[in-house]
Amino acid sequence: MKTKQILAASAIAAMSVAASNAAQADELTLCWAAWDPANALVELSKEFEAQSGHTMKFEFVPWPNFADRMLNELNSGGKLCDLLIGDSQWIGGGAENGHYVKLNDFFDKEGISMDDFAPATVYAYSTWPKGSPNYYALPAMGDANGWFYRKDWFEKPEIQAAYKEATGQDLREPQTQKELLQIAQFFQEREIDGQKRYGAAIFTERGSEGITMGATGAMYAWGFKYENTPGKYDMEGAVNSPEAVEGLEFYKELYKTATPPGYTDSYMEQSLDAFKSGQVAMAMNWFAFFPGLYADPDTGGDKIGFFVNPGQNIEASTLGGQGISVVAYSDKQDAALEYIKWFAQPDVQAKWWSLGGYSCHNSVLNDPGFKDSQPFAADFLQAMGSVQDFWQEPAYAELLLAMQKRLHDYVVADVGTAQEALDKLIEDWTETFEDEGKL
Amino acid sequence: MSSFSITEPSSRQKWAAGTLVILYAVITLLPLFWILATGFKTPADAISYPPKILFEPSLEGYVNLFTTRTRVTPEQLEALPPPETWYEAIVRNRDMVIAGPSRYGERFLNSLIIGFGSTFLSIFLGTLAAYAFSRFRVPLKDDLLFFILSTRMMPPIAVAIPIFLMFRTLGLSDTHLGMILLYTAVNISLAVWLLKGFIDEIPREYEEAALIDGYTRFQAFYKVVLPQAATGIASTAIFCLIFAWNEYAFAVLLTSGTAQTAPPFIPTIIGVGGQDWPAVAAGATLFLVPVMVFTILLRKHLLRGITFGAVRK
Amino acid sequence: MPGTIADRVAQATPPHLAGRIKGFSDRTIAWIFVAPTIFLLLAVNIFPLIWTINLSFTNFRANRPNREVDYIGLRNYERILTDSDIWLTMQATAHFLFWTLFFQVVIGFTLAWLINRKFKGNDLWTTIIVLPMMLSPAVVGNFWTFLYQPQIGLFNYLVAFLTGVDPSSFQMIGDVVLAPWAIVIVDTWMWTPFVMLICLAGLRSIPDYIYEAAEIDRASKWRQFWTITVPMVLPFLMLAVLFRGIENFKMFDLVVQLTGGGPGSVTELTSINLKREAFEKWRTGYASAYAIILFVTVFGLASIYVKALNKVKER
Repeated sequence: MKTKQILAASAIAAMSVAASNAAQADELTLCWAAWDPANALVELSKEFEAQSGHTMKFEFVPWPNFADRMLNELNSGGKLCDLLIGDSQWIGGGAENGHYVKLNDFFDKEGISMDDFAPATVYAYSTWPKGSPNYYALPAMGDANGWFYRKDWFEKPEIQAAYKEATGQDLREPQTQKELLQIAQFFQEREIDGQKRYGAAIFTERGSEGITMGATGAMYAWGFKYENTPGKYDMEGAVNSPEAVEGLEFYKELYKTATPPGYTDSYMEQSLDAFKSGQVAMAMNWFAFFPGLYADPDTGGDKIGFFVNPGQNIEASTLGGQGISVVAYSDKQDAALEYIKWFAQPDVQAKWWSLGGYSCHNSVLNDPGFKDSQPFAADFLQAMGSVQDFWQEPAYAELLLAMQKRLHDYVVADVGTAQEALDKLIEDWTETFEDEGKL
Repeated sequence: MSSFSITEPSSRQKWAAGTLVILYAVITLLPLFWILATGFKTPADAISYPPKILFEPSLEGYVNLFTTRTRVTPEQLEALPPPETWYEAIVRNRDMVIAGPSRYGERFLNSLIIGFGSTFLSIFLGTLAAYAFSRFRVPLKDDLLFFILSTRMMPPIAVAIPIFLMFRTLGLSDTHLGMILLYTAVNISLAVWLLKGFIDEIPREYEEAALIDGYTRFQAFYKVVLPQAATGIASTAIFCLIFAWNEYAFAVLLTSGTAQTAPPFIPTIIGVGGQDWPAVAAGATLFLVPVMVFTILLRKHLLRGITFGAVRK
Repeated sequence: MPGTIADRVAQATPPHLAGRIKGFSDRTIAWIFVAPTIFLLLAVNIFPLIWTINLSFTNFRANRPNREVDYIGLRNYERILTDSDIWLTMQATAHFLFWTLFFQVVIGFTLAWLINRKFKGNDLWTTIIVLPMMLSPAVVGNFWTFLYQPQIGLFNYLVAFLTGVDPSSFQMIGDVVLAPWAIVIVDTWMWTPFVMLICLAGLRSIPDYIYEAAEIDRASKWRQFWTITVPMVLPFLMLAVLFRGIENFKMFDLVVQLTGGGPGSVTELTSINLKREAFEKWRTGYASAYAIILFVTVFGLASIYVKALNKVKER
């Protein structure tokens, strides 16, 4: 044994190849983020295990670490995941660097048609280059950033009266970003049922993608664009347009005047916490959490209402959601493809939605009963109709980190002005695209 | 010297000094006590205001640490047969059912495998090298010893870039073997320096006597020197183990699942909606307590260990 | 135990081979013993270092295997040294280094001095105080975020209890002004015992007769402290500062878990910044140059410091 270890030290390569080949062929590992829908997928996958004889293992990573760890895994050529439900923005890198298996031939062979899935989801989750018929994933989970609120508070006559007195308007689901701010400010530090409450829980997280996903919700609504002409990378006047600046200033005002104290690094979990513990009147979060929120015994049911991200100059929502891909480094690609084939079936997709997963399949979304199947189903359809996503470039991580830094510096750490933050962002992005040879 | 020494502090001075030190010790232990206590709180007690010093102990944190759970509706819950185990009962109380084991056990096991593997290897190689440096005239001895020490000065993140590429090429990413070799390389400088100090303290006459009795060098080494150095080797081993046990930067960059150790995993323990602090505290407690025990066992050699043998008493 | 291996080797070796092992010169044995260690360090430390130097002159990206790699000379170095964000990172690191060293030296020395009053049970309390520094910084750092939470966190509660301010009125890790101090506090909590232990060794190394002689000369206690205690402990203290300085310059795990570099970038120490460049942005060539700059800085500062230390020791 011991002499072997010394041998091992000098024969690293040989050893590790032998070790990796020893894995079993019928145990598939699916990697995704650790959140409510992932638990639903475990439930759903039991059917696949029964039908195919393969066993499923799951590796769920909490969101704040998900991108970091999974991109590291892909870049190191790791074999941890056979199937990966990767974020929409990873598709460019996944395709260009050969991390994901191209699925066109498989789709043709198995008769899986991308026309059966909602066009916005196919565009966002599956294609690279964007919009071309080259598929690297099957749309798995539709998602967008939306809002929910304490319906029971909104319906209290005394609160409605106080709101009317304070603003001269009726308290309702906000129709614009500015109305949202007004309502949030109204609830800020207001005492309800003997406790101090706050306006809204929003995304301010620095480490992964939080503040970008939150702030773009406001910026898109004002008219923020990444490029003047799509595909030309001409960002001057788009990224830092007066509308974009106004949208970002708005987000800072919302953060400074209408959020609970201490939410300086808050993302999905913190937003859920703030809402479920009764701290806030409204909160933003991904639609993926809405089934769980609605089912919550304390703050769900009659007490919760949902609304789409309010527009301002235009209607827009920040896109979330993921496609499911086969990892190119996997030794069990055939079994992994089998899983995708199974997952694409209409009846499996219907069950997926019923368990709390947001199916992107037309047979589910176009079903006449869909809108009424859940209190947030209609909002979901509406949101998906006007979604915008971050860059999906192979250099996405670098682009995102720059935006995280500039936004967090301005909104939370009070560095400079919105105009300066966005001007600097263009500098950062220009540098990246120059490195990429795209500018 | 007489029992009344002018350098001996007065009893009042001792009393004051003792009080201040104990006060500091109590403050410094508070966070550790809080980890221990939070592990036995319910999630509601853990985040209650004001913080609860007295609370009814619960094993929910430990149950949550070792399981994954899914929420079910009250109707579904009622349809289930009564819970068979005490931990199932705890979970049912929260309208949830146990879906399976969590990954904590695996990560803990990885920490053990990688910790002990690298410790064994560092001690094995380190003892040989230390013996050679202590007893033989090795050319460029001082330079080599300094070189061995200087490898410790590099920021781990800086070293991690080429190691990442190397592991990727050799297929060592996220493997136990890769992490064992890496931690051995990091630990060996400590092992060589500490062990050389311990072996230096063993009188050469013992071996020389053995050599005269007809022992070979090898025999003299393992029959005379090793038993004499046993305490030193054991304490060096514990230092290596603690380092490998606590290491985070390499682990977070070079492992993702199969070989991931506990330190990158524990901070990512979350419950259903929000960080589950009792579970995190439970995981931390199980992970930290062995090191506390080792620290107490090691107390005589502590100083030597943390200064690479530079300060011996 | 390694001994058993040697045992087995000796027993399992055929007689003629054993004769040859017996015949190994000490010099050969020395090389056999040292070689594996040197080989391992060359493979895992020196070879990567050379590789990093090589990479630092390229535009290589580890996440873009299909892209052409060009040698771009000193451009990475130029970009790093002229980047104002990196200078801010350096400032954050300097703030962290200075204040952690300051507090650890002051508190660590005071504690050592108190313990050296030799009150009953001082050994036991020394061991207890030492506990934090032996623990995993990542795990402990993560838990400190809980202690630092406004309202429910123990730290805020205790500060509120002692000063009377509202425990939800300040946030240690979310506030631009307080966050740099939040990391200083935790590092000081963890590592003061290290300085304390070394100072204690220094204090105990001072022979009693020196004080006795001073007492005969009627030197005041105060004068004894400054003319005997401090100079005698200084080499030890400087050694402690060297160790802590190098460690804190490399600081990663504790601060990543505490603040992740935020809010904004006010606690983004160089190691955290480097990690972002290397493993999140994947600018491998650029990050390699960054790593080399850091390495040269640590090595340079440490060697200057060691020279000063040796001078103090000679005195």
